[in-house]
Amino acid sequence: MGIISMKISNIGYLIKEGIRGIFLHGFMSFAAVCVTVACLLIVGSFSCLTYNVSLMVEDLNKTNEITVIIDENLPYAEALSVGTDINLVDNVLKATFKSREEALEEFLKEHEGDEAFEGVMAEDLRHRYIVVLEDNSKLEQTVEDIGQIPGVAKISADYELAEGFSTLENVLSIASVAVIVVLLVVSLLIISNTVKLAMYDRRDEIAIMKMVGATNGFIRLPYVVEGFILGMLGAAAAFGLEWLLYDWMLRELDKVDTLNMFNFVPFEQLLIPMVTIFAGAGLFVGVVGSWTSIRKFMDV
Amino acid sequence: MIEFSKVTKSYSVGTRALKGVSMQIEDGEFAFLVGPSGSGKSTIIKLITGELKPTSGTVHVNGYSLERIRKREIPYLRRTVGVVFQDFRLIENKTVYENVAFVMRAIGAREREIRERVPYVLNLVGLDTKSRRHPGELSGGEQQRLAIARALVNNPSTIIADEPTGNLDPARSLEIMSLLTEINNLGTTMLVVTHERDLVERFPRRVITIDDGLVVHDGMDGYYQYENQ
Ligand SMILES: Nc1ncnc2c1ncn2[C@@H]1O[C@H](COP(=O)(O)OP(=O)(O)OP(=O)(O)O)[C@@H](O)[C@H]1O
Ligand SMILES: [Mg+2]
Repeated sequence: MGIISMKISNIGYLIKEGIRGIFLHGFMSFAAVCVTVACLLIVGSFSCLTYNVSLMVEDLNKTNEITVIIDENLPYAEALSVGTDINLVDNVLKATFKSREEALEEFLKEHEGDEAFEGVMAEDLRHRYIVVLEDNSKLEQTVEDIGQIPGVAKISADYELAEGFSTLENVLSIASVAVIVVLLVVSLLIISNTVKLAMYDRRDEIAIMKMVGATNGFIRLPYVVEGFILGMLGAAAAFGLEWLLYDWMLRELDKVDTLNMFNFVPFEQLLIPMVTIFAGAGLFVGVVGSWTSIRKFMDV
Repeated sequence: MIEFSKVTKSYSVGTRALKGVSMQIEDGEFAFLVGPSGSGKSTIIKLITGELKPTSGTVHVNGYSLERIRKREIPYLRRTVGVVFQDFRLIENKTVYENVAFVMRAIGAREREIRERVPYVLNLVGLDTKSRRHPGELSGGEQQRLAIARALVNNPSTIIADEPTGNLDPARSLEIMSLLTEINNLGTTMLVVTHERDLVERFPRRVITIDDGLVVHDGMDGYYQYENQ
């Protein structure tokens, strides 16, 4: 017996009872949904952010360019010939020469308006090669190989930026997990409380159900349904709000040039993970919240 | 069948409510359980319904061994035992019909069965014309009959009534007793807890007398005169 043999007529009863519970404490249910929405919004925002940052890190790891700086004591002609050696290294797709004048031009463009760099001269910079790799995963080995070539002074891969983002990603993931756990517990508690209230109202009914031999699972189900509906309402509302908020944030970011390095994907691209997160969180909060609240009333 | 064998029950505070009760009630039997206040009658009922576990001894009820019953079996035991409480415990915001129907729903009955069975038991207890009323709109006797209908509706093999006539005038009490006798005649085992000497004398049945946690008399010979009455 029990839950598995639940008949169709009982499902109607469960849904009816679940909804009845919600309206019995309209205000409390409303408050529970609001808190759930607030919590899920924050949870969702953190998830969006983490997701975007991890995409950026992935992107950075994909740019398979490294810069090979040539020894400044090397004459121009010899510096040019180093390129032949670089091209011979395994995993090098293409090495492009960039003179110190070209490098300066680029540098100045990047730091336009920045007084600190105004006095920089071409002589302060060195000739370099922009090397494109075939396979980024062999980066370390390739960097080592190129380092052996005479005339190579220094190799700078985009390690730092990528590493910076990786660190950001790690910090974000840890913070996200913490925030998510805390907020899920908060909404779990509030839903649990709402359901408790509904059960408290019907404690006489529950006592009689127990007395006539209703199984705990059966007594629980309407309340679990109630919690489920509350959780899902909260999740749906939070999802819609998150979408609006995200789009608004993208528009705002677009207006600020310096933030262009942050490449946020459009929300549409996040639909599947976001729906999963919101639905999962709503389900978890609703079902677990009500399930745990009921225990206390079951020991009759 | 209900069988108590050397049952003792101590509450956690140290009260020894039962001090070695042995008795046996056969299927289809009708028995009164009488005794002064605090003698252990309600404790016996709670042991039968699995609300309490015996401290020692064995309790067998309709095939279940209560001293070692598993928690998840208790609902199925309870489906074999209908209880009528002294304070009725009706749901005020449900109609007469719903008060009965909801206990059928509680054990997963189909709506079709419910629509057939509820009018039948309401008719049996004489409440068929009042099915749309709420408990507050019923007299004490009618409320008691509703409580009996509810205990009856899931067709338990045993019914236990705790002071079923406690709040009723003598005429209503007789009505209720006639109803319980009728239900017993349909084959249901009946255990009736009462204080009322009149009742026991008007319905000569087996009387189990309990005093201070012990069975002091058990027989068909009428009411036992216990002390401090
Ligand atoms: N939950 C409890 N905790 C501690 N002691 C209890 C508890 N329930 C009952 N008792 C004690 O156990 C003894 C038997 O109580 P019980 O309720 O079985 O009596 P009773 O025969 O039903 O009395 P009454 O006719 O007044 O209902 C009494 O001394 C009572 O005080
Ligand atoms: Mg009592």
